[in-house]
Amino acid sequence: MSLRPERQAPPEIFYNESEARKYTTSSRIIEIQAKLTERALELLALPQDGAPRLLLDIGCGSGLSGETLAENGHHWIGLDISESMLDIALEREAEGDLLLGDIGQGLGVRPGVIDGAISISAVQWLCNADKSCNDPRKRLKCFFGSLYRCLARGSRAVLQMYPENGAQLEMISTAAMRSGFSGGLVVDYPHSTRAKKYFLCLLCGPPSANTPLPKAKGEDGGSGSDESEDDDEHETVDFLERQRPTKKRKSEKKVKGRAWVLKKKEQRRNHGFTNVPRDTKYTARKRKARF
Amino acid sequence: MRLLTHNMLSCNRKGVSNGFPLGIEASKLEVKEVDFNSDFLRHIYPKIEWKAFVDAAKSLGLNDLPEHVDDSMLEDDDFLHSFHHALLEVHLEEGALICPETGRRFPVNRGIPNMLLNEDEV
Repeated sequence: MSLRPERQAPPEIFYNESEARKYTTSSRIIEIQAKLTERALELLALPQDGAPRLLLDIGCGSGLSGETLAENGHHWIGLDISESMLDIALEREAEGDLLLGDIGQGLGVRPGVIDGAISISAVQWLCNADKSCNDPRKRLKCFFGSLYRCLARGSRAVLQMYPENGAQLEMISTAAMRSGFSGGLVVDYPHSTRAKKYFLCLLCGPPSANTPLPKAKGEDGGSGSDESEDDDEHETVDFLERQRPTKKRKSEKKVKGRAWVLKKKEQRRNHGFTNVPRDTKYTARKRKARF
Repeated sequence: MRLLTHNMLSCNRKGVSNGFPLGIEASKLEVKEVDFNSDFLRHIYPKIEWKAFVDAAKSLGLNDLPEHVDDSMLEDDDFLHSFHHALLEVHLEEGALICPETGRRFPVNRGIPNMLLNEDEV
């Protein structure tokens, strides 16, 4: 079982050529990404007037999510920190424009021009301090601040992510709320450990009563397995890689020493037993390993 | 990178108060055809900074855009087509973007601008 990718290396290094290729040739990952993007688009709740919108894909990677956006007729601008992933996106002839950039440094987009933003499995990377100059809180603040500015009033951002623990989730959502967003977390399949998905739905502009948070999927189902027309097991991005390693249990059997044996023998004698062997230099001696 | 994206980008460097519009140094262009959609053009038109757009188009060698526009021109088919062409079909493949305030260069390789900042620029 391997570490979460976030714990192995910074994104621009982790997603090297081979990792990028792996990410894009696996039909399973492609399917999961497409599904996540579909869901994110649904949560984005763009007005259904048929006009294409200008969307931002944060952490677009190899353009898998962008493909779904393009299929839905939208124009998109993708931003990613990994050059190798962007190379793959070029190979796949991604329709959107690609930018090489670090979202923790801010997005660098003019205010109020973007109709909506999505991000698939990217934002949790911001919680890492890969370099001494990186402060996760500052980077989150910078990211959400610039995201808030570049979104048009009334538009939304849907960020799907894999937070490592509750503290990370809280750090991310607090940073979002501090930047002025309203909205909150939508958790799909909350009862299933594998299919559980976190979507941070952010609304730009003042909160109003007529924009309630969208409903999560599989909330009422006991285990989330009820929606599985297709196998629930296969709905997550390679889950094995996203778990902490189990701590190896130290093989420390308690060995009882000579003092303990002597004490016990003494106890037996005091109880009146007569068949207790006498204490010698061999009592509770260490055996050789082959024994 | 298309001019659509160029029109949305600004310099993100620390201390820059007005990083828009980025200057363009073009050494290679490419034209890729995109389906014409007038709805999108009408939708995106109010968000475009027209002067920056025309200047950027000129630096790519596209001179058939009018300097001044008003909403009524959105009904004109010829205008929409040239708008569409400049906005969505012409790609900057190789070159650089230049911050108007500090002159910082952002190189563009194979259509991807490198907007990464150094540690001291954040």
